[in-house]
Amino acid sequence: MIFQNLSEKIQNTLKKLRGKGKLTEKDVNEALREVRLALLEADVNFKVAKEFVEAVRERCVGQEVMKSLTPGQQVVKIVDEELRRLMGETKSELNISQTPPSIIMLVGLQGSGKTTTAGKLARLLKAEGKYPLLVACDIYRPAAIKQLQVLGEQIGVPVFTMGSNTKPEDIAKAARDHAISQGYNLIILDTAGRLHIDDEMMGELVRIKERVRPHETLLVVDAMTGQDAANLAKEFDENTGITGVILTKFDSDTRGGSALSVRAVTGKPIKYIGVGEKLDALEPFHPDRIAQRILGMGDILTLIEKAEAVMDSEKAEAMAKKVLKGEEFTLQDFLEQLKEVKKLGSYEELLGMFPEMGKAKGMSNLKVDEKVFVRMEAIINSMTPEERANPGIIKHKRKARIARGSGTKTQDINRLLKQFGDLKKLTKQMANMAQPRKRGRGFLPFFK
Amino acid sequence: MVKNGERGGFFARLKSGLAKTKEGFINKVDGILKRCGKIDEELFGELEEALFQADVGVRTSMELVEWLRQRVKEERLEDPEAIKALLKERILQILQRGEEKESINLQAKPHVIIVVGVNGVGKTTTIGKLGKKFVDEKKKVLFAAADTFRAAAIDQLEVWARRVGADIVKHQEGADPAAVTFDAFQAARARNVDVLIIDTAGRLHNKVNLMKELEKIKRVISREDEGAPHEVLLILDATTGQNAIEQAKIFYKAVNITGIALTKLDGTAKGGVVIGICDELEIPVKFIGIGEGIDDLRPFNSRDYVDVLFG
Repeated sequence: MIFQNLSEKIQNTLKKLRGKGKLTEKDVNEALREVRLALLEADVNFKVAKEFVEAVRERCVGQEVMKSLTPGQQVVKIVDEELRRLMGETKSELNISQTPPSIIMLVGLQGSGKTTTAGKLARLLKAEGKYPLLVACDIYRPAAIKQLQVLGEQIGVPVFTMGSNTKPEDIAKAARDHAISQGYNLIILDTAGRLHIDDEMMGELVRIKERVRPHETLLVVDAMTGQDAANLAKEFDENTGITGVILTKFDSDTRGGSALSVRAVTGKPIKYIGVGEKLDALEPFHPDRIAQRILGMGDILTLIEKAEAVMDSEKAEAMAKKVLKGEEFTLQDFLEQLKEVKKLGSYEELLGMFPEMGKAKGMSNLKVDEKVFVRMEAIINSMTPEERANPGIIKHKRKARIARGSGTKTQDINRLLKQFGDLKKLTKQMANMAQPRKRGRGFLPFFK
Repeated sequence: MVKNGERGGFFARLKSGLAKTKEGFINKVDGILKRCGKIDEELFGELEEALFQADVGVRTSMELVEWLRQRVKEERLEDPEAIKALLKERILQILQRGEEKESINLQAKPHVIIVVGVNGVGKTTTIGKLGKKFVDEKKKVLFAAADTFRAAAIDQLEVWARRVGADIVKHQEGADPAAVTFDAFQAARARNVDVLIIDTAGRLHNKVNLMKELEKIKRVISREDEGAPHEVLLILDATTGQNAIEQAKIFYKAVNITGIALTKLDGTAKGGVVIGICDELEIPVKFIGIGEGIDDLRPFNSRDYVDVLFG
């Protein structure tokens, strides 16, 4: 998951400081070195990481921390505050002009996802009650215009094109006239991908800008971008004066440092994030949520997103149907479920996404046995199909055999059978709740 | 738009393609060596920073610097300038690890290449350029438009097919990519095609269902011809950071990629990611993209790369 690694590293480092009654400058320096490496590994721009660490260090060695009774906690608080400052405190809205049409221009490198984002943005703004017009200013890439047209059709937003032989700035100008005469109050310009070092192509953007004076110039950046993210953001900003950023492919497993760098280098807010392939997968960016994630304060929303992305939806549906029909839930089903849950990541990773458990993890030094799933799987794998379907028949002799086969002890098998029994009861209750005919008055106390 | 690379000026093109990386990385190293009068910890620290900044990756950078430290100690070096030669030597060693041992041999007919990667790395464009290369070698080339997901991806490939003189097999948008693949393979056999290149939809490597779809595409081919696909080429975007290595690992697990093409190397000052990739993965880098021109996809050669970078 995005930020997972960064978050773990930072938390672990800070944990070491937390318990100390007194902090020396050396303690702080060591911890901050770790933090810096974690940031670098997460692709945070080098300079940004350095400045961040410097800012934290300066405040840490100051009076407020050293004289505090809980210096470790103070350091955590400072890191928290500095992180939030780095990300921008609050959600940033789109700048909509008083006199329509509002013009939004999308710019960025090749393959960052401008055209798809144009479609997503148009869809989102249409849903908010705007009348958007998509404009195809990418006259270079083969089939770019067609791509925008297909997207426009899918979301029911008209696309303005003049083919690939007209200059983009002329297209933009004509599109604005068209929007004014036809009553569209919002224009989205999809421009060609270009390298930030390509002066000629950057000049084109400047010309478009001079012609139509966009209200928003949004830089579309791939969230997986490395150290170069800061450079490219800076170059685009200097050349075209961007007003904000859209981060795409945020649903990847990138460590996401680019999100931190881009904002820090340009000072321009991240306005949206692209979180999936479908056209409805564009969301406003919430810096506070992200900061929470990095500091391990949990993010249930992310957990749900993750489950949806990773789990096999067909299998899950089949399982749900089975349970709802009141069919017997067998050990074989249990095994399948274990496999699905494992896809979500390590046990600890999962716990970290629950706020309270995340905290409990930090405080009690609770060691989660990562092998617990593996052992459960091994036990079930050592059973015959008959035993899996009907665990009631597993008595002493069979238990001994299964224990040998799975390299566990009889107690482990008892525990698993007990857990399975509980789970079975739970699924039965769920099935009962969902059965319409049984949902009679007073059947379940909390349904009254 | 298309900057014409002259065929003869290969080295010159590589030079201009890597100019940014050289400027952002090697020139910085030069600066450090000049500024520091002697070899000390400060110098190593600054070198490490320069490596980080070039996207070489934290682990590879730290190991590289550690190796330098050892060598300096063993050979009792004192002149900072000596470091540069050592650095070049070590980087070459790392790159050679990842270098292609044999060039693509086209014995099988059709020679099947599946092209995979995350969204927006340049799969379709790379296929166009690869196609051009094979057509120039007088091979009969067929493209399979198995990216049936992205809007107008099929049209984009079609434009490339026309441009380079390759055939194309396509279905409608939204069709089953495995079915397109199957048809394309049959067509390739029937038409006596030399090289079949399959364009797949971009997919994020952490999406299980999409990776499964890819496995299916591969299976369809293997069922028809045991030795195929002969090549599963992963396209990586050079501007990607450390995630590139993650991508390679997961794609390798799913479909056993046999090679990597690194695109957009000309656009980044951070070409160091090649070094990280070669260091952490056992998969050879087969091609590098160093410009937008149709001839700017080049076989990767570690010696040339290092010579240009340090030259």
